[in-house]
Amino acid sequence: MKKRLLPAAVLATALALTGCGTADTPSTPTPGASGALTPIKLQLQWFYQAQFAGYIAAVDQGFYREQGLDVQLLEGGVDIVPQTVLAQGKADYAVAWVPKALASREQGAGITDVGQIFARSGTYQVAWKDSGITKAADLKGKKVGNWGFGNEFELFAGMTKAGLDPGKDVTLVQQQFDMQALLKKEIDAAQAMSYNEYAQLLEAKNPATGALYQPGDFSVIDWKTEGSSMLQDAVWANTDKLNDPAYQQQTVKFLAGTIKGWAYCRDNAQACRDLVVAKGSKLGKSHQLWQMNEVNKLIWPAAGGIGVINDADWKQTVELSLTTKNQTGDTVLTKQPEGLAFTNDYIQQALTRAKAAGVDVNGTSFQPQTVTLTAGGA
Amino acid sequence: MRRVLSALIGLVVLVALWEGYKAVGNPDGTVLLGVRILPRADDLSMPHVWDMLTRLGRPELTGGRPVWRVVLSAGLFTLGITTLGFAAGAVIGFLLAVAMQRFRLVERGLLPYVILSQTVPLVALAPLIAGWGGTIWPEWMTVAVIAAYLAFFPVAVGMLRGLQSPQAAGVELMRSYAAGWWRTLVKLRLPASLPYLFPALRLAGAAAVVGAVVGEISTGTRGGIGRLIIEYSREATSDPAKVYTAMLGAALLGLVVAALVSLLELPLMRHRRRVSVVTM
Repeated sequence: MKKRLLPAAVLATALALTGCGTADTPSTPTPGASGALTPIKLQLQWFYQAQFAGYIAAVDQGFYREQGLDVQLLEGGVDIVPQTVLAQGKADYAVAWVPKALASREQGAGITDVGQIFARSGTYQVAWKDSGITKAADLKGKKVGNWGFGNEFELFAGMTKAGLDPGKDVTLVQQQFDMQALLKKEIDAAQAMSYNEYAQLLEAKNPATGALYQPGDFSVIDWKTEGSSMLQDAVWANTDKLNDPAYQQQTVKFLAGTIKGWAYCRDNAQACRDLVVAKGSKLGKSHQLWQMNEVNKLIWPAAGGIGVINDADWKQTVELSLTTKNQTGDTVLTKQPEGLAFTNDYIQQALTRAKAAGVDVNGTSFQPQTVTLTAGGA
Repeated sequence: MRRVLSALIGLVVLVALWEGYKAVGNPDGTVLLGVRILPRADDLSMPHVWDMLTRLGRPELTGGRPVWRVVLSAGLFTLGITTLGFAAGAVIGFLLAVAMQRFRLVERGLLPYVILSQTVPLVALAPLIAGWGGTIWPEWMTVAVIAAYLAFFPVAVGMLRGLQSPQAAGVELMRSYAAGWWRTLVKLRLPASLPYLFPALRLAGAAAVVGAVVGEISTGTRGGIGRLIIEYSREATSDPAKVYTAMLGAALLGLVVAALVSLLELPLMRHRRRVSVVTM
C-alpha cells in the first residue's frame, strides 16, 4: 500500500482512517499556482501491467509533476468499473475501452473521451494452425470461445460481417481468462489480446516437443484486418467538470504528461518494462516486455498525434456498437451517443504543449522490437 | 496426538485421491451426453501434487522470492484482514443479538433485514464499499468491512438463539430473585448461549475468510491471498501448478483461522458445565 509512504502520520495510521493524506481535496485548486501540486487520481482498468506503462512512466519520470500534477494511479479489480468510478467522482480520469464506456454513458454516466491513447485494437481470435481457420468466415460450425461481459463485440461484429449468424452458425463457448481451453482443444478458436493472452500461449510448453509453442503453431484472426475492430484504451474525463476552466486546464496538463509518458515508453521499452515490474506486477519480465512492445504497436505510429480521436474509427466503433448483436441479442448501444461523447479539444492543446517541449508525438519512425518469450513469461 | 494423526491421514487420503484420479481418470475428462461429468485428468487441469510443492520452492519470477514466501506473506496479510473483519463482525453480531433479545420490536424489525443482508451479492456490494477506500479509510479496510459483513450474520443469528435458549423455569427463577435484565443476561442468558456461540463463531470465521479472499479479488486489493489467486490464475496457461500454490495458501489460511477460533473457545470452556446446571 503505497499510500502509507506518504509522510503524514505514519505511526498514527493503521486505523486512523483519513490520516494517510488521501482524503478528498477540493477538486479545482489553482494548479501549480503556488508551486503546490494538484492531486489527481487516475483509475486503471486492471492491475499494473505494461498496458498502462505510459501512465506509470509519467508518474515515475516526473512528467506529470512537470505539469504541476500529483497523479495517483488506482489499480482495477474484478468488480471495479473504471468509467463508473469516474462518473461517481471517485477518480478524476479513467482508462476504459470505448464501447464499454459508451454503454455506461447511455446508462447515464457523464463521461467524455478526451484522449484515444490506443489508436488500434489488440483483440485477436486465435486458432490452431492445422484447423485451417484464418478468417472470420472459417469460424462457421466451430466452437468459438468468447469472454462475454462486453468484451466480445468485435468477434461478433466480425462474424456478422462475414455473413455468419453468431447465434446459429457457431457454437459459442464462454471462455475463461486463460487459454487452457484452446490448448486442450475444447474450443477451436479463442479470444486473446495481442499483448496478453496471445503471449500466454507462446509461454506454454508444447508437450509434444518439450519446447514452447511457436507463433507458427497458431493462426490469428486480427479484427483490424477484418474491419470489425473497435477503439479500446482511452482517457475519459468527467463531462460536467469539463465546463470548469480549471478542470479544462488540468485535463490538458494531464494529457500532456500522459503523451510524454507514452513517448518515453516507445523509446525506452525496456526501461518501462522495468518500471512496471518494479510496481509489483506478478507477470514475468519477458511477458511484460512483449506486452510493452505490442501496446506500442497499438499506439505508434500515430499519424495525427497520439490520442487524437480519428473520426472514421469513432464512427466505426459507434456503428458496430449499435448494430452488432451478441448471442443474447443485445447490442452495446441502443441509440447514438448523445452530448459530448468525445472531444479532441484538450488532446490537441496537449499535443501542442508536448511538441513545444520537444516530444515526438507521432513516432513515425517507430519500429517494434522482436521479443523472445520465456517459459511462463518469467 | 490422535488429532494430529487423523489430520495427517486425511491429508494423505486427499493426496491419494487426487493422484489416484490422475492415474485412472481420462486425460480428456469423461463426457456423458455432451456434459462433462468428470474433470480432465491431464497435467494442465490437475498438476501433480509434487509439481505444486516444487513450485512452492522455486522463485515466483526469475530472480524473485520463492513462491512459498510470497504465498506466506500474502496469507499473513489476509489473516490480518480476516482477524479484523472477524472481530468486528463478532462484536456487531453480538450486540445485535443482545438488542434483538432485549426488545421484541427490534427483533421483529431487524431480523428480516439481517437475513436479507446476506442475500445481497458481494459483486454488487464490493464496488460500492471499494469507493470509500483511499478516501475515508485505507483500501484494505474495504476488504475487512466485507469480511465483517459476512461474519456478523452467523453470530447474530446463533447468539440470538442462544440468548433465547434458557427455559422458562430458569428465567422465572431469576425473576423470583428480583434479578433485572442485565443480571439475567450475565448470569443466565450469556452462559446458556455459549453452546450456540461456538458453532456460530466457527461459521463466522469461515465466512470472514471467504469474505476477505473474495473481497480482495473483487476490489483488486494488493498484498493478500485473493489477489494472488487472481494473478496466478492468469498464468494458468503456462504454469498451472502456480495457481494451486495460491489455493494451498488460501486453504492454510482457512485452517489457521479455524484453529484460532477454537483457541478462543478454550477460556470459555469452563463455563460450559455451569451452563448445564443453570438450564436444567
